[in-house]
Amino acid sequence: MRLRKVAFYAVAILFAVWTILPIVLIALAALTPRQELYSWPRQFVPSTISLESFQFFVNSHGVLASTGRSVIVAVATVLIALLVGAPAGYALARFRFRGKEAFRIGILLTRMFPTSLLAIPLAVLYLKTNIYDTILGLAFMHAALAMPFVVLITSSLFLKVPYDLEEAAMTLGCSRIGAFARVSLPIALPSLVAAGIYTFVLSWNEVFASAVLTVHNRTLPAHIISTLNVSPLNFKFAGGFFMIIPALIFIFIVRRYLLSMWGVAINK
Amino acid sequence: MADVRLEQVTRRFGSVVAVNNVDLHIKDKEFMVFLGPSGCGKTTTLRSIAGLEKIDQGRIFLGERDVTELPPGQRGIGMVFQSYALFPHMTIADNIGFGLKIKKVPASVMAERVNRVAQLLYLDNLLHRYPGQLSGGQRQRVAVARALVIEPAVLLMDEPLSNLDALLRLQMRAELKKLHHAINATTIYVTHDQVEALSLGDRIAVMKDGQIVQCDVPMEIYDKPANVFVGSFIGNPPMNFIRGEIMRENGQLLIKGRGFSITPSTRFTPILQGRSEIILGIRPENFRVQFHEPTDTTNAVRASVEVVELLGNIRLLTIDLSGSILKVSVEPHTAVNPGENVWLTWNEDKLCFYDSETEWAITPSRVSA
Repeated sequence: MRLRKVAFYAVAILFAVWTILPIVLIALAALTPRQELYSWPRQFVPSTISLESFQFFVNSHGVLASTGRSVIVAVATVLIALLVGAPAGYALARFRFRGKEAFRIGILLTRMFPTSLLAIPLAVLYLKTNIYDTILGLAFMHAALAMPFVVLITSSLFLKVPYDLEEAAMTLGCSRIGAFARVSLPIALPSLVAAGIYTFVLSWNEVFASAVLTVHNRTLPAHIISTLNVSPLNFKFAGGFFMIIPALIFIFIVRRYLLSMWGVAINK
Repeated sequence: MADVRLEQVTRRFGSVVAVNNVDLHIKDKEFMVFLGPSGCGKTTTLRSIAGLEKIDQGRIFLGERDVTELPPGQRGIGMVFQSYALFPHMTIADNIGFGLKIKKVPASVMAERVNRVAQLLYLDNLLHRYPGQLSGGQRQRVAVARALVIEPAVLLMDEPLSNLDALLRLQMRAELKKLHHAINATTIYVTHDQVEALSLGDRIAVMKDGQIVQCDVPMEIYDKPANVFVGSFIGNPPMNFIRGEIMRENGQLLIKGRGFSITPSTRFTPILQGRSEIILGIRPENFRVQFHEPTDTTNAVRASVEVVELLGNIRLLTIDLSGSILKVSVEPHTAVNPGENVWLTWNEDKLCFYDSETEWAITPSRVSA
């Protein structure tokens, strides 16, 4: 029993270090003055905290523009994914219909194809439909990537809101949609927001589809990756740290909801 | 102002017929109880009246209006759910006022009506709280208040007391009965608890397999169960059923069963005539237990006591009548021990007769019809 506990904590600590160490190293490197970064032997902790690299990164050509695009794409992705995914999740939670299980599995199956496999057909399709290299086109792609999570998470959210409540609202004069809007939606809202933020982070971090489906209208990760091999070291570290911060902050805000969302999604 | 009429109402779930061709007329201001075991269709029938289930066949009328196609909110019903279904994100005041808000009642009128109902149900000092902060009994009263505030013509209750503990249930039962007299709404109440049904109902509709087996006032249902199912479902302990063969000896009809032979009085002849077998139904309290052989043994049956249980207000005997087990209740102070031999007689007025094959009650009128 005690051995199991020790083993559990050992694995947990190992996993935490595995995750946190690169973040810490990148953060330290990003905050090191440029001179010190290139010196040898390098100190583990910088002598002074310097925003020099940061300023250099932010002021580089294309960084601010691609950051703006990243935000727009992420917001559009959240809207599309929630508008399409949440009703699907609601339907999975509330209705019995033919092929429901197949639908549930089918949604998961879409994640089985690696994006790299789909890259060329997608690019062709995007070129044909004239949405190649557009912000909206990329948002569609990201929404498609986020869809399985959004559908399964929202379905488990709505399962947690007893259907009785909607029925009660209906006996008190609400229509079916009214009952949803006045009862289920407000109850599920905090978790829906969490699902939205999760989707936002997913889009913010996504690099492959962004690199393949855009040329001029690149998002930040795609921009960084395309300029990576011609960038100086401090640009890379500052860029990496800059990318991590929003994701960290958002996930920190919604961590409680993520836990309960996944807890339910796994239990179901 | 609103009676409720069900005409040939049928509701199927796939191949299962949950409600099977039910006809029922519930009078204005009547307290009607749907009673039956789980899966008998009582809740589905109630939900059909509420409009939460779409019926496959038949019509439902509330007063003069055909509400079959109307959504729940337009039927003039209020419903209390088994789970209470209170909105967790709203205060008690908002919960109670929800129906009025949907109907766009002005805020001042709404506040006044919410307060009036809250007072009626002793909720006036809880209005600012949330459902999660209330006890089970309080939540139950909020659920009732929320249904009442919209002044429904028909109040529907789906096992509203089943989530309360025993003592609270007893208390709420009496309060509901008092409430029914105060509010003047037709009430339909679903329960699987026969005691609740007997205590609350003006009439009880006993259901089984999607059909109403018997619909009558409580005393009739208790005294004259329409069939063996009703007799064994209602009453605790249930009615005793004894099979017997009908014989004719010296021009007299006899009922003979395992370990007994009795001569029923001639007024039962129309019931017994022309049959070879019958089921006798008799409630535990309608036996008389004697410890000495009575002077007239024509209708006395000898049996042995197996178990004696004191239940406080009665003493319940389990009696073995040559293999058939009878439940007999006697005065709690009766001195009786297991293993003792006793003589049983009964009140003939309380005797019920059932067809040995259909298990339905045989009444003289039924025979003559």
